[in-house]
Order: sequence, then structure tokens, then C-alpha cells
Amino acid sequence: MATVLVVAEARDGGVRPVSQEIVSAARGLAEALGADVEVIVLGPAGTEATVDGLGAAGADRILVAENGAFGVYAPDAAARAVADYAANGSCLAVLFAATAQGKDLSARCAARLGQSLATEVTQIAAEDGAIVVQRPVYAGKAYARLRMLASPALVSLRPNVFPVTDTPGRGVVEALELDPGSPRTRVVGFERGEREQIDVTEASIVVTGGRGMQSPDHWALLEDLVDALGPGATLGASRAVVDAGWRPHGEQVGQTGKVVSPGLYFAIGISGAIQHIAGMRTANVIVAVNRDAEAPIFGVANYGLVGDIFDVLPRLTEEIRAARGASG
Amino acid sequence: MKSIVCMKRVPDSEARIEIGSDGRSLNTSGVKFVMNPFDEYALEQALLLKEQAGEGQVTAMTLGPDAARDTLRSALAMGADDAVLLRADPPPDGLVVARALADAIRGREFDLVLFGKQAIDDDNMQVPAMVAELLDLPCATVVTAFTLDGRLATAHREVEGGHEVVELALPAVIAAQKGLNKPRHPSVKGIMMAKKKPLDEVDVELAPSGIEVLDLSPPPIRPEPQIVGEGSEAVPELVRLLRDEAKVL
Repeated sequence: MATVLVVAEARDGGVRPVSQEIVSAARGLAEALGADVEVIVLGPAGTEATVDGLGAAGADRILVAENGAFGVYAPDAAARAVADYAANGSCLAVLFAATAQGKDLSARCAARLGQSLATEVTQIAAEDGAIVVQRPVYAGKAYARLRMLASPALVSLRPNVFPVTDTPGRGVVEALELDPGSPRTRVVGFERGEREQIDVTEASIVVTGGRGMQSPDHWALLEDLVDALGPGATLGASRAVVDAGWRPHGEQVGQTGKVVSPGLYFAIGISGAIQHIAGMRTANVIVAVNRDAEAPIFGVANYGLVGDIFDVLPRLTEEIRAARGASG
Repeated sequence: MKSIVCMKRVPDSEARIEIGSDGRSLNTSGVKFVMNPFDEYALEQALLLKEQAGEGQVTAMTLGPDAARDTLRSALAMGADDAVLLRADPPPDGLVVARALADAIRGREFDLVLFGKQAIDDDNMQVPAMVAELLDLPCATVVTAFTLDGRLATAHREVEGGHEVVELALPAVIAAQKGLNKPRHPSVKGIMMAKKKPLDEVDVELAPSGIEVLDLSPPPIRPEPQIVGEGSEAVPELVRLLRDEAKVL
């Protein structure tokens, strides 16, 4: 039977939640193509115990390849194993999450299989048996609709875009032997960020500070706001403050930083350069606080507040804390 | 220390993007083109490594139209020793580009092939890892730190929540992320010397694209913006709207 193959992502001892989003997107595609959804999971011993959510998200078969060599992401080992499996002749499409790992792995697999890849896709459908995708280009200043001409089509899907569906009782788990070969790129360590926080691409709320914060010393005001917004919130930064060395580049939102689509985005002291707006315009709700009423950021904000950050931010933190406390 | 730095000519990040009359391409009139910003970090790293080694060669390479010569001249002005233009219109399919680059790199002598982590036009983020696989070389993508001890390289890869520290032996491929270094500005002398440096031009025949662009469209329109008020007195109304209207608190 023809299959849509999902390459799930295991890290830090288990399957990451984003993999369920990809499986649910694969389910919709597979039904349109008359295919099954197969998921492949590479991980160390014990990974099989963490695959529960994948069946409910829509997988027919979950193939778990446990091997010490897959304990941390070894790029060439994973690429070899996945590409060898995907070359089985029944795959119509291979889907990845467009995460740090998924983007690296999908490109390697595409080269190994000699098949084209579409990255960071936000819509996927079958049209006349061919796979058609939509993806942002120019950091979201435009969207391209692409037809994938070869089979299998390789596609990475943007996190936080595809909803997870719930189909109880689905998903047979099977063990799979895959050969990791001899990896030549070895992961020898991991360094966590200075502040323990969620990555801007994965947070449900992002609070971004710009030049209008006036000094890196004033970031405590933004940290307080993030704390008040709860565990799904995180700090972002504009290009100007990253270039000034106020904030680490991993926090940068914009065309030369990260493109984010959170449920709620706060732009604090940000004027709204084109390259910044490109990086956050797909957020569901945008709030802007700026003392210049003419700042372009107000043109994309659902809610704008004109004012001085030292006047507005403490009150905003206090009121949000009260509102969240009241709603439980 | 011999490096090949692959780069791309892209619209400036401050450029407004307008869709052309065919509905499938960019209207490039009035658009300022620059060297892809991430490629500047790749080039700077190659120049630093050559300086540290005290000898070597830095070759700038691009696949692009005649106008991409300007990008290569910028690279030569920054300090690259020579440049190669693979003349072709870049297709939407990263694998086609990767194959053309791999073919051009194969047979050359090099220790390192460097890229920017992605080009800010099509944002494919796939060519560096593809070239590594096609050339059968170890590769680290999204690199924010890079050190060399003899033939063993250590790279920091940016991932969600931190950095992976990876080791790989030369020859290798790396893709540079912002933070790797601080790219230099070309000096007046550099700009003058760039005109005398070798710039090879080769017409390349590309494989057919495995991806067809059906159309381009502008991003979805955002809801009508609303100014809630001024100063901290407007904060309670803002919070009420976020809670009751937008339902995001």
C-alpha cells in the first residue's frame, strides 16, 4: 500500500510534540491520496515508550528504530537510515517538521534520494494526484504555491501551523532495524542558553523589545511581563538590539533572525522595519507599544498603545497578572 | 587553508516585495540587491581562517545571472582571492542548485566549503547540507562558533533552546549563522584591488527543476489596526480587549 511517511523527531529522551502536528497533516494528505500514514522514529533504547501520541494524531504504523547511535542527532547517520527506508518504493511523500533538526535532516535525505524538497510549508494538499504546497518566501513578504513534480515529494512543515487531530485507537507500533553506518559528524556536547526559556519559534507568546527600550538594563521590565504571561511566553529581540550586543542573536525576530507565528506577539519599543514585520506578521494577535504614534508597527498591530515604556510596562504587567489570576 | 565560499545575490532585507505581472516571479524594478547577509558571515570566517593559517586561498562562488557579478566583486573587495560565476537563473529547486555547485566544487582543491545558513529570498535552507551529501563530506549547519585544531573542527550548531557542539574532520562543509563573527567592511584599497582579481565565468546547464512555481501571492491581510489609547491609563482597556475580544489571555 502507498504511504505518506512522517519522520518524527526524538530529543531529550522522547518524541517531541511537534511530531504530532506533522502526523495529523500527513493524515489529511494520506486520505486524499488513498495512502497509509507511516511514522519513523529514530532514538536510543526506550524511545518506543514515548510514541503514544503519534497514533492518536493519525498514524497507521509507527516504526521505531532504537539504536545507541541515534541517542543524539547524528546528521549523517540519521540521513542514511531515513533515506534508505524512504527508498522502499511505496512512499508518495516524506514529511518532516521544519525544526533545527528537521531542516538539516530533510535536506540531507533529499540529496541522498535525489528528490526535491520544499521547506517550511504552511499548506499541503493533493491536486490531481500531485502534491501541491504553499510556503512563505522572502520571510513571508510573499507566499509561493508549488507543485512537487517527483515522487516521493519531500516536504518540511512549519511548526505551530497544523492542528493536532485526535483519533483514538489508531497506530500499530513495530520495531525496525536501521543501519546508522559510521557517523562522521559527532555531537560531543550541548550548551543551554543563558536564560532558561522557550525558543521564539516554539513559544505561544513572544515579547520582543527594540531600540525603544533604550538600554539593555531595562530588559527586567520585559522579563517581568514574560513572567506574568505564564510558561508559554518568551523574550524576543529586534535586529537593532541584537546588532548593538544587548541581546543574544538566538532571540532575534525578523528576516535575518527567526520567523515566528505565536498566538500573541508584543512589539515593545519597535518601530516596525520591513524586515522585522516580515518575521512576525503571521502572529495571531499583535500588540504594539511605542511612544511614536506614527511608527509603522501600528499598521500591523491588532491593538496599539501609544506611550512611554516606563509608564506603560509596569502597569501592563500588573494588569495582565491580575487578569490571568482572575481567570485562573 | 583553502576555502570555497558559496553565496547568492538576493533582494535587500528592507526591500518591498512586489509580484510581477506573470504572477509567478518578483517584480525586480527598483529593488536593491545585496550579498545574502548570512553569506557575509561565511566569507568572513573563510578570511579569518586563511589569516590564522598564514596562507591559503579564498574562492567566492555563486550561481546566478550576469548581475551576480556584483556580489562576487563585493566578496573580492572584502578579501576573497578569486571568484567563479556559474551563469544560470537560480531555479526554485534547491537540489538543482546543489547539484550544479557540487559539480563545480568537485575536482577543486579545498579544505572547507562555506555557505550562509540560508538565502533570504527563497528561504530554502537546504543547499549546504545537500552539497555536503552530494560530495560525501561531513557538514554542520546553522553554525555560530567554529574552531580548528589541526584537521579537526569544532562547531556550535544553533538548535531550539541552545547549541549542539559537534566535531567534524576536514574537508567539510559548514553553513554560517549570525553570531559566528563580525563581517568586515571592504576598504577602499580592497575595492580597488578587487577589479584586478580573477573572476571566472562559466555557463552551466541546469537539470530540470523538480518543483514548479504555480503562483506567488501577497501575505494574508491583517485585521484593521486599532489604537487603544495613550499611556498607562489605556492599559486596563488593552488588557480587557486581549482577554474578552481576542481571547488570548
